[in-house]
Amino acid sequence: MSKQFQFKLVLLGESAVGKSSLVLRFVKDQFDDYRESTIGAAFLTQTVTLSDQTTVKFEIWDTAGQERYKSLAPMYYRNANCAVVVYDITQSASLEKARTWIRELQRQADPSIVIALCGNKLDLSARRQVTQEEAKKYADEEGLMWTETSAKTGEGVTEIFTAIAQKLPLTAPGATRAGAGRTGGPSARAGVDLNKQSTTPGQPDACNC
Amino acid sequence: MDEEYDVVVLGTGLTECILSGLLSVEGKKVLHMDRNDYYGGDSASLNLTQLYRKFRPNQTPPTELGRDRDYAVDLVPKFIIASGELTKILVHTDVTRYLEFKQIAGSFVYRDGKISKVPSTEMEAVRSPLMGLFEKRRAKKFFEFLQSWRDEDPSTHQGINLDRDSMKTVYEKFGLEPGTQDFIGHAMALYLDDDYITKPARPTYDRIILYTSSMARYGKSPYIYPLYGLGELPQSFARLSAIYGGTYMLDKPIEAIVTDDDGKFVGVTSAGETVKAKQVIGDPSYFGAGQEGGKVRVLEEGKVVRAICFLNHPIPGTEDSDSCQIIIPQNQVNRRNDIYIAMVSHTHNVCAKDIYVAIVSTIVETSTPELEIAPGLSLLGPIYDKFVDITPLYTPTSSGEADNIFITRSYDATSHFETVVEDVQDVWKRVTGKDLVLKKREVEVQG
Ligand SMILES: Nc1nc2c(ncn2[C@@H]2O[C@H](COP(=O)(O)OP(=O)(O)OP(=O)(O)O)[C@@H](O)[C@H]2O)c(=O)[nH]1
Ligand SMILES: [Mg+2]
Repeated sequence: MSKQFQFKLVLLGESAVGKSSLVLRFVKDQFDDYRESTIGAAFLTQTVTLSDQTTVKFEIWDTAGQERYKSLAPMYYRNANCAVVVYDITQSASLEKARTWIRELQRQADPSIVIALCGNKLDLSARRQVTQEEAKKYADEEGLMWTETSAKTGEGVTEIFTAIAQKLPLTAPGATRAGAGRTGGPSARAGVDLNKQSTTPGQPDACNC
Repeated sequence: MDEEYDVVVLGTGLTECILSGLLSVEGKKVLHMDRNDYYGGDSASLNLTQLYRKFRPNQTPPTELGRDRDYAVDLVPKFIIASGELTKILVHTDVTRYLEFKQIAGSFVYRDGKISKVPSTEMEAVRSPLMGLFEKRRAKKFFEFLQSWRDEDPSTHQGINLDRDSMKTVYEKFGLEPGTQDFIGHAMALYLDDDYITKPARPTYDRIILYTSSMARYGKSPYIYPLYGLGELPQSFARLSAIYGGTYMLDKPIEAIVTDDDGKFVGVTSAGETVKAKQVIGDPSYFGAGQEGGKVRVLEEGKVVRAICFLNHPIPGTEDSDSCQIIIPQNQVNRRNDIYIAMVSHTHNVCAKDIYVAIVSTIVETSTPELEIAPGLSLLGPIYDKFVDITPLYTPTSSGEADNIFITRSYDATSHFETVVEDVQDVWKRVTGKDLVLKKREVEVQG
């Protein structure tokens, strides 16, 4: 029988580094040159299948801009199994910002969280400001996964999510199985599922309007 | 901050966050600010550090309470009625995807010095010590009457007109004893006092039906509760608002509400800068509540006393429930208003293992509020620690339509969120001029 896991993945990073673009590439294999800051799409899911038929479903939380004025809600980090912290290789300041987010995650998130540092916009390497050596060294020191990607060409995108998926069940056995905590699908939840509840007889179905 | 907004929202309490979320979904450009560095305002759930900062600024939490981050202590004791209005909003806006709920394990009522479970099934009702045998038969007839009532079918009315006859008339028709009336009116219809008895029976009928249908939904009690505390509710609506373009700024002291010569709203000043907007919505604390001088925009309607108690054990007599509500009807303790106990614990991820957090509350009737909750405190057994809060309840002096300043109400003493939703609906109507109609949110749209 194949195993199924579900994980909460959060994105962090400075504005315009390409967080939403990475998700869009990963989930829909699309790219948009003139994206606006994130509106209306901050919750997506995508499944990856590993070589041993294990499937990993990512429940992906994009920041929705709440981080811009240091107003990210604790809910965002809560029960996150993994985080992709993105910087833009053509902007050295964005790596500084990524370091700040990583410190924040180490302080606020679950200690077992898997963190991947991701240098995006690899297609613009002619304008590179952040060297691979610098980023890799930092990632090694902090025990983070590290890679470079281009949401535009798709290079490295599926790879980073697959690498995270491979790392996950092993680093946090049991705890991350579908059904444990909020990362479980609704049917597997230990608590009550409001969406599935039947409405009382005689009342119109709450959702059919 | 030279951008102009449609609406500035002040305070991230649940009422404000629901309004902010719904307005952003409607396409309004919303700026949402809070003077605190955390979400939730008066309806926040605090970790230990925040709790101590609020109640005992000169002390640090004792280490034996465990990790700071394991705590989410509600400031306002409320539960969600399973079939109630808040549940509808949660489902319609799809914020349920950010939340996980558990049942509250039991609902109890105090009677003649003891607490008994409010029956959740017919079996429990038959065994319940709350009524004698003959009274049980009378009560059964009463509940059958309510359950079979159809507005359009006079044969189900048994001569009663719910819109004209008082609840007193209905109780008398079925010959129910005062103790049973207490139980029905307070533990089921959730009235805080006895004023309802002389009023038309319809609202009481509605409340009992709400209670019984909520009870039937999950079985143990009519209530559900979000894991990690009630503070998750405002956060989830804030996220909804942000996803639809709402801008969030915490930790922003608000210095002034700026108005023009006619007294109409212009903008709000924070850190010396004024942000302009067409309308402002905010909780009473941003509009002079508790302050001397300035324009009177809110009035105090009374006070609530709330004692947050940490226990090392479940509440005695509750079958070791990991969570419960206990209602002490006013008649039982010679008061005008009921005393409530709301208890949650580790099961709800709101405190360390083996800690139980019970909040005892009531509407203040005397000059010694802490004494008033003594009957509730005495049911808890040994109390490890207690934080007492006496909070004024504010209500706006005007609807806001004249000056574009819309003020919400304080969180009242009821044990649930129905009145919070009423306030949301009321403010929505004042702000938009339209009734709040809930539409199911569109599926994710990119870009
Ligand atoms: N050349 C290039 N441009 C990219 C890449 N990824 C994103 N962009 C562009 O960078 C801009 C910002 O991308 P977003 O995905 O909106 O960035 P974000 O991090 O989600 O930004 P916020 O939502 O504001 O926090 C857009 O114009 C994208 O088209 C990439 O890999 N290469
Ligand atoms: Mg984005």
